[in-house]
Amino acid sequence: MSILTFRNVSLRYPPRAGRGGAAEKLVLDGINLQVASDELVAIIGRSGSGKTSLLNLAAGFLEPTSGSITVDGVPIKGPNADRAVVFQDDALYPWLDARDNIALPFKLKGVPLAERREKAQQLLERVGLADAGDRRIWELSGGMRQRVGIARALAAEPRFLLLDEPLGALDALTRTRMQAFLLRIKAESGAGALLITHSIEEALLLGTRVVVLSPNPGRLTAEIEAGFNAEVLNGTPVATVKASPLFKRMHAGLNGLIQSTTDEELAA
Amino acid sequence: MTLSTDIEALPQPVETTTEAALPRASRPVPIAVISTITVVAIIGLWGLASAYALVSPVFLPSPRQVVIALYNLVVTGFVDSTLAEHVGASLYRIFGALIASILIGIPAGIAIGTSRVGRGILDPIVEFLRPLPPLAYLPLVIIWVGIGEASKITVIALSMLPSIILSTSAGVRGVSKDHVNAARSLGASKRQVLTEVVLPSAVPSILTGIRIALGAGWTTLVAAELVAATSGIGFMIQSAAQFLVTDIVIAGIIVIALIAILLEFIARLIERRLVPWASHR
Ligand SMILES: Nc1ncnc2c1ncn2[C@@H]1O[C@H](COP(=O)(O)OP(=O)(O)O)[C@@H](O)[C@H]1O
Ligand SMILES: [Mg+2]
Repeated sequence: MSILTFRNVSLRYPPRAGRGGAAEKLVLDGINLQVASDELVAIIGRSGSGKTSLLNLAAGFLEPTSGSITVDGVPIKGPNADRAVVFQDDALYPWLDARDNIALPFKLKGVPLAERREKAQQLLERVGLADAGDRRIWELSGGMRQRVGIARALAAEPRFLLLDEPLGALDALTRTRMQAFLLRIKAESGAGALLITHSIEEALLLGTRVVVLSPNPGRLTAEIEAGFNAEVLNGTPVATVKASPLFKRMHAGLNGLIQSTTDEELAA
Repeated sequence: MTLSTDIEALPQPVETTTEAALPRASRPVPIAVISTITVVAIIGLWGLASAYALVSPVFLPSPRQVVIALYNLVVTGFVDSTLAEHVGASLYRIFGALIASILIGIPAGIAIGTSRVGRGILDPIVEFLRPLPPLAYLPLVIIWVGIGEASKITVIALSMLPSIILSTSAGVRGVSKDHVNAARSLGASKRQVLTEVVLPSAVPSILTGIRIALGAGWTTLVAAELVAATSGIGFMIQSAAQFLVTDIVIAGIIVIALIAILLEFIARLIERRLVPWASHR
């Protein structure tokens, strides 16, 4: 069991060059957050609220201006296979076929060619793409690409999966199918997950906890426990889960929370 | 003479051209056909000009004569070497220079693209070299390296270097941030990011640079052979010109053009084979 911890984390971007020397922008302020291995913490917020910045901090692509980010009490030092990222627009390597994309983390560790191809094939099977290994990236649909991206992240054997709107670019049907898939994969892997989304529905369906990030500066303003992911994992159809009165009530509640933060902002 | 009628007719062409353009737009003449007609017409005019002796055959031999010259070049040769030997000498120089400039240019391009120090050191050198006509430094290279093959290969390589260096650094700098970040979060070291992500993603740009370099090198090669050589296609033309053997001069020019086109064609073929993904992202 591992725990990823944000303690009083804030982030300022330096003023952008050539923009009339505007002051530094405070993007995240006093973020306290924990993600444990058995959790999937979903963060929702409007675009521009700092979701990607928060994930990039967790990944180690950015350093916090103040505060600390630790894994099991040890401060993180830059990116690491500990915390594998799945990107919104897949970030797969077009010069590699699907199998070699997935095999890359093994290659980085020095696993010999035959062995890493075999391991990649096992992962392909796990994400339901057993026959797609030889395909080039541009021959895959959006949903298949995200499966490859997820398989590649799993190949790094991470303690945490960092998912930045991984389903954001998919059509509604594929998205629904991928939501159940994501939950199953996450549960099997035993890794903790931080999922960023701007869909309240998705956050409620997938998250063990849902956290609201409100903008300017980005602060965590609400946190609720959600239990729907267990139902989805038990095989209840996503449509049935979404139709339950409790789901609808929580959806409306979260919607209100997000709207109110935006209204305040508009009034100010 | 037709100026006045043209001016009177000015308002009408607007209508006639639109009318005429409509059926053409639905069934356009392929550009290849137009180009073929152009080439045939030029050769035809050339044939007519020499057949009616509009120009002295010393200055403009007939197409027939040039074809015969070409045949003789292949079979018996000119100034001690057959055409194949002249072309061989030229190709040896250009590919020797290409290998040298790739070996130097790609690491230099990586240094410029990845390190501030590398950029600081190499940028002024490249910017100095790039606009220089290669023949401007050929005499100096001959003084330093001597008159042999080495000086020609050096000059050709120098003329190829800037486009290889610049295309490599542009490719290296153009790598997607997500691609780099993905590798880092999958456990790549700095070195692995370079070998597994930055370099592969720069390959299309590097290949384009090599193709441009080949064109520049070919130009330099012929020019260098005109000035200082005892074999090669440029030398062959220069010798023929001194004896006013115009048919061989023209045959040589045609061979130079054909080889240039062939090199470009092969380079494009290699690009398509090696980086099929370049056209997909
Ligand atoms: N590299 C950067 N430099 C300066 N400002 C940035 C940078 N990246 C993001 N921002 C700003 O930080 C805010 C949050 O951005 P981001 O984290 O991408 O939000 P989200 O992912 O929720 O849309 C935005 O106002 C954005 O303009
Ligand atoms: Mg974002």
